[in-house]
Amino acid sequence: MSKLVKSIKEAIQLAGLKDGMTISFHHHLRNGDMVAVMVMDAICELGIKDMNVNISSVFDTHGPFIEYIRDGVITGIETDYMGGVVGRAVSEGIMDKPVTFRTHGGRPSDIIRGASPIDVAFIAAPTADCMGNCTGKIGKSACGSLGYAFADAMYAKKSIVITDNLVEYPLIDYSIAENYIDYVVAVDKIGEPSGIVSGTTKITKDPVGLVIADYAARAIDASGLLKDGFSFQTGAGGASLAAAKYLKDIMMKKNIKGSYGLGGITAYMVDMLNSGCFKALYDVQCFDLDAVRSIRENPNHMEVTAAHYASPTAKSSAVDSLDVVILGATEIDTDFNVNVHTDSNGYIMGGSGGHSDTAAGAKMSMIVAPLSRARLPIVVDKVLCKSTPGSTVDVLVTQRGIAVNPLRADLADRFKDAGLPVYDIHDLKAMAEQLNGTPKKPVLGDKIVANVLYRDGTLLDTIKNVPVK
Amino acid sequence: MRRSMLFLPGNSPNMLLNANILGSDSVILDLEDAVAPTEKDSARILVRNAIKSMGYTKEVIVRINPIDSPYWEKDLQTIVPIQPDMIMPTKVSGAKDIQIIADYITKLEEELGLEVGKIKLMPLIETALGVERAFDIASADPRVTCIFLGGEDFTADMRCVRTKPGNEIFYARSRMVVAARAAGVDVMDTPWTDVEDIDGLIEDAKLAKSLGFSGKASISPRHVAGINEVFSPTEAEIQYAKDVMETNEKAKAEGKGVVSLRGKMIDAPIVNRARQVLEAAEAIKGGR
Repeated sequence: MSKLVKSIKEAIQLAGLKDGMTISFHHHLRNGDMVAVMVMDAICELGIKDMNVNISSVFDTHGPFIEYIRDGVITGIETDYMGGVVGRAVSEGIMDKPVTFRTHGGRPSDIIRGASPIDVAFIAAPTADCMGNCTGKIGKSACGSLGYAFADAMYAKKSIVITDNLVEYPLIDYSIAENYIDYVVAVDKIGEPSGIVSGTTKITKDPVGLVIADYAARAIDASGLLKDGFSFQTGAGGASLAAAKYLKDIMMKKNIKGSYGLGGITAYMVDMLNSGCFKALYDVQCFDLDAVRSIRENPNHMEVTAAHYASPTAKSSAVDSLDVVILGATEIDTDFNVNVHTDSNGYIMGGSGGHSDTAAGAKMSMIVAPLSRARLPIVVDKVLCKSTPGSTVDVLVTQRGIAVNPLRADLADRFKDAGLPVYDIHDLKAMAEQLNGTPKKPVLGDKIVANVLYRDGTLLDTIKNVPVK
Repeated sequence: MRRSMLFLPGNSPNMLLNANILGSDSVILDLEDAVAPTEKDSARILVRNAIKSMGYTKEVIVRINPIDSPYWEKDLQTIVPIQPDMIMPTKVSGAKDIQIIADYITKLEEELGLEVGKIKLMPLIETALGVERAFDIASADPRVTCIFLGGEDFTADMRCVRTKPGNEIFYARSRMVVAARAAGVDVMDTPWTDVEDIDGLIEDAKLAKSLGFSGKASISPRHVAGINEVFSPTEAEIQYAKDVMETNEKAKAEGKGVVSLRGKMIDAPIVNRARQVLEAAEAIKGGR
């Protein structure tokens, strides 16, 4: 027996894909992904329309989606993150139906509990065998973890693996097992390696970013959480990575043995694992080549599913045991609500990803951001989009000082005792406005272009269209 | 407390905006080498406005152009009215240079009705002649409270190559420190010029500290933390200073004239040194 079929078109037909159905993709190939567009091309050629696309993230490489939206081939998008190219078109009102934004934990939660059923899942796989056992750890398009694809493969009515490295059965060290897979398609190329993972992620040289990172690491040190058994997640942004480096220096100096590092994994987290700062890495997504190599070679660097990572309806998930998470923001308001969905003009250029999942789970959630970007203050009265509720955000670290959520007076006291510059968030806002002036708010339209769901599936906010001039 | 002082180009708005938060004890807003001749006017105005509006809490030093250039008087005319903490004259080769600049500042202060003598001077000594006359320069005027060695121009003047171990500036460093201490002023060491080599920076700063320098200049924000660490009292030094003060207080209370701690006599210079260490430790609490 073999599940191998000749083409994507044949797999689509065998899976019984019809107008109006929901298909799904994962985003582990990031901006190098060729599979989602390849599948949409095939769907279009077969004359199938009205697709609801559930994709864990939309990258700029998915720009051709815009044409398929115009042609009625795609009529719905559900995602956790949307880059600026498709985001701009959506913000300008290209879709009749609002985009549904979830979190990285909310997405598998809704798939598993049946709130967002998938008809056909397309699993891009850097290596697979003819029965559908597949992995991201090896192959010319290796991306490391396949964490976001598990729920799709396991809960879709039909699951199709698409690979550019078909190997002899049985594949050793598979991630997703054959018992979930209906069909396998071999293609020449599933992705552009340069867009899938970067080389070793480099630490920022920006002096302001380094000041923020230094404050962030010292605040973690002062929080009382940095002790043996410490668990940690950080983003791949400049200041977040630099903070991880400074934190490693503190942990090495004080001989602190942490328990686990979580999240999207970079070379810096791998370095912390190899230096003994953590016993294990729980990896839902690899960001660079060092992370891919490590997950392949180091048994303590483990792949976790998105549900294990962050699902709020799982019996437990890794974010629930997290001590500290460092996160970014495009805006934060004086109630500590954070926007990571839109830019300051209201255009969609991001999404929650694991932002609100980790903020809710971690004992201390820390936002790192410069006090102003391109002369726009980062602290505002009210965010354009509430991506993460302020009740789950504990600390804002900027180059000019640290603001602590009034709900966490305990942390403010600890930071002050450590000599860190603690300010009321209103004072940081005033400081930014004194330097930059107070910007005008963008004028937005009345059409809802996206609904932002919180991790439990409830509506957190809506995003309005940006009127086209 | 001036462990570190960071050079920032006077014509870079972004650097001026963030000057206060980069961790150095002092910032040097540069009108000289970092600024091209065509940019001198805009840099002067930018630096003046930044000092006026940014509310810097760090010591602000403005480096002006040398007195054999056509720029230094205009530099002072623009900068003196906003009274920075210090002016850094460049290529200073003798007491006469300092007198010319000090007199010009005094004239401006009098014309503007400002407190005469408030603005201090930190001469940058970067010629062979300047090093030979370091004591004269350091004691030329009450405005001079610190002198500063510029290793790059100095080695060019000496016709030798500037190296990382720095043997070629060893004499100049020692001579500068002796001159400064003899004149009762502070003395700052030349910057480390390899931005990436942090280990080299630390070794160089340790050498400067061992020779008696008060602190070290920096051309990169990334060097500031290392310099601060080297020139800060260590935890052991702080603890010893506390013990000295405690022993001294106890001796005073008991009416004893001379006491000892760990077998060593505690006299006035040791108490003074302990006080300096504790003041420094207090000043740098929080590290930035």
